[in-house]
Amino acid sequence: MAKRIEATNITAYYGSFKAIDSINMTIEPKSVTALIGPSGCGKSTFLRSINRMHEVLPNARVEGSLTVDGQDIYDRDVDITAVRRMIGMVFQRPNPFPTMSIYDNVVAGLRLGGVRKKSLLDAACEKALRAANLWNEVHTRLSRPGAGLSGGQQQRLCIARTIAVEPQIVLMDEPCSALDPISTLAIEDLITELKTQYTIVIVTHNMQQAARVSDRTAFFSIEKTGDPGRLIEYDDTTKIFTTPSEKKTEDYITGRFG
Amino acid sequence: MTVTTPTRTALIPGVSLQARRLPRWTPYAIVVVASAVAYVVIYLENVLGGGVAMTVVAAAVLFLVLLGVTARVVEGSRSARNRLATSWVYGVFILAALPLISVVRTLIVNGHALLNMQFLTHSMRNITPFEKDGGAYHAIIGTLQQAGIAAIITIPLGIACAIYMVEYGRGRLAGAVRFFVDVMTGIPSIVCGLFILAFWVTVISPYFNDGRPAYSGFAAALALSVLMLPTITRSSEEMLRLVPAALREGAYALGIPKWKTILKIVLPTAATGIVTGIMLAIARACGETAPVLLVAGATDSINNNPFSGNQESLSVFIYTQAGSAAKYGVPRAWSAALTLVVIVLALTITAKLIARRSKLK
Repeated sequence: MAKRIEATNITAYYGSFKAIDSINMTIEPKSVTALIGPSGCGKSTFLRSINRMHEVLPNARVEGSLTVDGQDIYDRDVDITAVRRMIGMVFQRPNPFPTMSIYDNVVAGLRLGGVRKKSLLDAACEKALRAANLWNEVHTRLSRPGAGLSGGQQQRLCIARTIAVEPQIVLMDEPCSALDPISTLAIEDLITELKTQYTIVIVTHNMQQAARVSDRTAFFSIEKTGDPGRLIEYDDTTKIFTTPSEKKTEDYITGRFG
Repeated sequence: MTVTTPTRTALIPGVSLQARRLPRWTPYAIVVVASAVAYVVIYLENVLGGGVAMTVVAAAVLFLVLLGVTARVVEGSRSARNRLATSWVYGVFILAALPLISVVRTLIVNGHALLNMQFLTHSMRNITPFEKDGGAYHAIIGTLQQAGIAAIITIPLGIACAIYMVEYGRGRLAGAVRFFVDVMTGIPSIVCGLFILAFWVTVISPYFNDGRPAYSGFAAALALSVLMLPTITRSSEEMLRLVPAALREGAYALGIPKWKTILKIVLPTAATGIVTGIMLAIARACGETAPVLLVAGATDSINNNPFSGNQESLSVFIYTQAGSAAKYGVPRAWSAALTLVVIVLALTITAKLIARRSKLK
């Protein structure tokens, strides 16, 4: 059920500002792909253009084509909600819905997507919470507000919420940057488990994290402030971190730049 | 190479973090002393003309001076300034609360005499100028119906307009809508009344009344709607803007359509604030006299039908009774005013309770 993503000449704008320029990338199914690079290099923008989240911002637009198992998600006839149901996303800061309980948060996507049957929702809730390694911590207090959990738990709740709708691809935008090392470890373990079922793309500033969890790594960079971000190198993670082919990649990874 | 760190002792003489502090009871003791001195000198000895007001002012000034000097001598100038600022903040709070307390007290003192079941269940029909009986039942009915209809009209319209401005409006049209909502906020209430008089009462209402223009409670409700709409729209807009964009994106990322995101995620998150705005608008509408006077037509009789015939409202009742030559006119006006305040208060508390109940615990 995991899907292959092929990006061809993806160029994204914020108004007249070009944020990323002609990104070409193929992301394999059932793998973890890490996007790394200095701040402002367009890795988050590229990630957000994979599930058409970029265009939510006013005046933002994307050019180029991005196919998921051969279907262009930027085709005019595509239903955006269907795209987003297939490609889930976890954000940098945990964002549980504040008016909802833990249970309601997890089943929000299903319930608002039209699933009414209580038994189905209950089953999906337990399955998603177990998959997110959160079930043991919260199963006695599912009716308590989701916003009352700790930061790490909230982020796992958001992951549970995302995988409850059974997407085929999960995008993660710096999911651990607001978390402590223990919560980070929990989420990294989770990513490794999720890999068996989903295609995962993760943006991270933490290079050790990229090295730990990912199979493939893409390095993005910019020439100088105001220039669009470009894909510099994209290869197996071990190769990127041991023998990168580009000088820029090596400089960044060894800490001489960025 | 040795690194010299600059010494920090220049700013803080002495290493001790302890400082001399006045005992906790000092401000209270100074209040007592200042009040006593002001009472004896101003009130009893009539220095500066005497009188209660001058005594209070003198006590306050004396308190500030004594506190400032004591703190300055014992604790130093920073602490003295802190204490003076604290006293100022408390003083301003008391000043701001005084008119409110005074209004409530005056209302209760003047309004309780005639406020009984007779007052709440009877109209003014066939009450002669020297009779003590009669009441505001017809006016209570009118206020509740008019404000109720106005709320039914404006709440959906106002929230929908706010949703348009926050979630959908882009470019010129949204800018124009926002501009006109702002302009509407500034319209004097009597102009709303005149608008409905010209538009509804003289032009539209004849079609429903055999060709003759007619006053009605519904016309009053329309005038109140014109008043309430911008208030509800603006307050809802502010509340919707406070909902973080991350929540909307989180919902979109689950494949939830935009309209469902707004209905199920954004609106519930902003609900408490929106309810507060609505209650402010309703409270204001309940107290409006001018527009109602123009288009509802006053009456002494009970009229349960807002769509036909003249209808009284509490604010109009207060206006007519306060200005009437009848023996019990003014006391009736006070009682009606107290009734109006209690009704608005009850509505507000109910709405707050409902809004709180819908929140998670």
